Amino acid sequence: MAPPKIRLSTTPTPEALAALKLGDIVYLDGLMYTAREGVYMRALEEKANIPMELPQQSAANFHCSPAASINSDGSFTMGAVTATASFRFAKWIGEWFEKSGAKLIVGKGGMSPETYKQHFVPNGAIYLTTVGYGTGALLGRGVENVEAVHWSEELGHAQAMWVLKCTNMGPFIVASDLQGNCLFERENAKIAPGLAKAYEGTRPATLKRYGETDDRTDELI
Amino acid sequence: MIPIDTIQSTAETLMDKAAIEIPQDYLDGLRATAAVEDGDLSSFVLQAMLENYEAAKEDRRAMCGDTGCPRWYVKMGNDARIEGGPVALEHALRLATANATNGVPLRPNRVHPLWRTDHNNNVGINAPEIEYGYEPGENGAQANWIDLTTVHKGGLFGTDYRMLFPSDGIEGIRRFFLDSLVAFGKRGLACQPAIIGIGLGGSKDTCMVLGKRAACLRTVGDRNPDPKIAAIEEEFKELGNSIGMGAMGFVGKSMVIDCHIEVGYCHTGGMQMSVHAFCLSSRRAVARIHADGRVEYRTDPDWFTPYQRRETVGWLDQLEAAE
Ligand code: SF4
Repeated sequence: MAPPKIRLSTTPTPEALAALKLGDIVYLDGLMYTAREGVYMRALEEKANIPMELPQQSAANFHCSPAASINSDGSFTMGAVTATASFRFAKWIGEWFEKSGAKLIVGKGGMSPETYKQHFVPNGAIYLTTVGYGTGALLGRGVENVEAVHWSEELGHAQAMWVLKCTNMGPFIVASDLQGNCLFERENAKIAPGLAKAYEGTRPATLKRYGETDDRTDELI
Repeated sequence: MIPIDTIQSTAETLMDKAAIEIPQDYLDGLRATAAVEDGDLSSFVLQAMLENYEAAKEDRRAMCGDTGCPRWYVKMGNDARIEGGPVALEHALRLATANATNGVPLRPNRVHPLWRTDHNNNVGINAPEIEYGYEPGENGAQANWIDLTTVHKGGLFGTDYRMLFPSDGIEGIRRFFLDSLVAFGKRGLACQPAIIGIGLGGSKDTCMVLGKRAACLRTVGDRNPDPKIAAIEEEFKELGNSIGMGAMGFVGKSMVIDCHIEVGYCHTGGMQMSVHAFCLSSRRAVARIHADGRVEYRTDPDWFTPYQRRETVGWLDQLEAAE
């Protein structure tokens, strides 16, 4: 059965967010900005003023560096758009919610269940994951235009804050809900029992690695 | 003499083709995988990927926003001569990488590891990698061509190395294969289903190089000429697809599009092993440039020839042994 598809605003109402279930397919409309380690460090550690009205203009933070170029006349050529793995940004996310009022964190692979419980739930936010994750051309099609690029001088193209106007941009998958349930955790739990069978006929390495365990529910993040 | 202008313009075309056009062998492999996938979410992901490749070609847009790390494999026929020599060749490949980054456009990914300096063109210290191989002419004929292959290798995740020992045996190899697959397959960090390359033996660096080349330079369906290694390749493909996991780490059975193994003679006490995943954006493009300036494009690097895998002291010894 194909999962349901939903259109969602990048400044969503609490009701719209509450209606989303793990595994739903979402397409976004409205402004979305990219912010990853460069923007977080500049806004939170160096306390630079964020050059946008947040969350009025956008409550959607995309963990992404687009494949785009800035032309000599100041216009932009937008190519493909692919997210980057979000778990690495956990240390900034709580403070970022406070400062930005973000309701949608959009990225690759979700964040940990602890991060959802600790930071997403109190802020009424959910996580949307990109698909594949290589669906860069499809997502690129959903960018109607680049509204602005902030901090590209200071941070370089990849880390700059790109403001994207999105129309029916997707697909994304709901990876956490307002209660902090985690799609990937749910899937891992379903897969874990079958793994034991696949491991039959294998043997742990003769030479162990420091810190290694034999617990297959371990996750790297 | 191969004109340097031809090398540069061909290299730029290759950058564009690699970024935009998924190679047919991988596409066929993914379609076959999608046809048997029955996990709801995994199926959805595979369908979205298939649509994505179409969108990329229609729009002439990179298939993935993450450029990965563009790199070059240069194979020279034994009699090839390049205008300006190898220095001019490397200059042309660096220039083509930088130009294509702006032209396609591709995301500039390469930065200094410590200072995070970004030239916005995917070029810098030791980047892009340029690796070389050589090839004798067939049946005494001259080989005055060069093959240029670019691979845009994605995946910060999905690669691992481990020193195993002869006593670990096939069970140990199997274990490390599964460990790597599951560790990076969770949440789909490896962007699977992927072509999995395995390097066995050599020394640490050779083992990594062989595994990466096995993933990036062999096409889906290709088998190692050693029938016992070929059987392990088949077995591992099956094994990888039967752990209950699929695309993005969702319930399913699509992890491995194909598995390729390359070996190198190693220290008698050890059995090095490396695992590499060539992701959903398995980007490679190849061109042969002839001395008269003719250019032929293809997607099979045809890297692992009998000469590349030779095991005797000299190439002629091997030819004689085979007769
Ligand atoms: S691993 Fe491959 S498909 Fe995934 S984001 Fe990187 S380049 Fe794209």
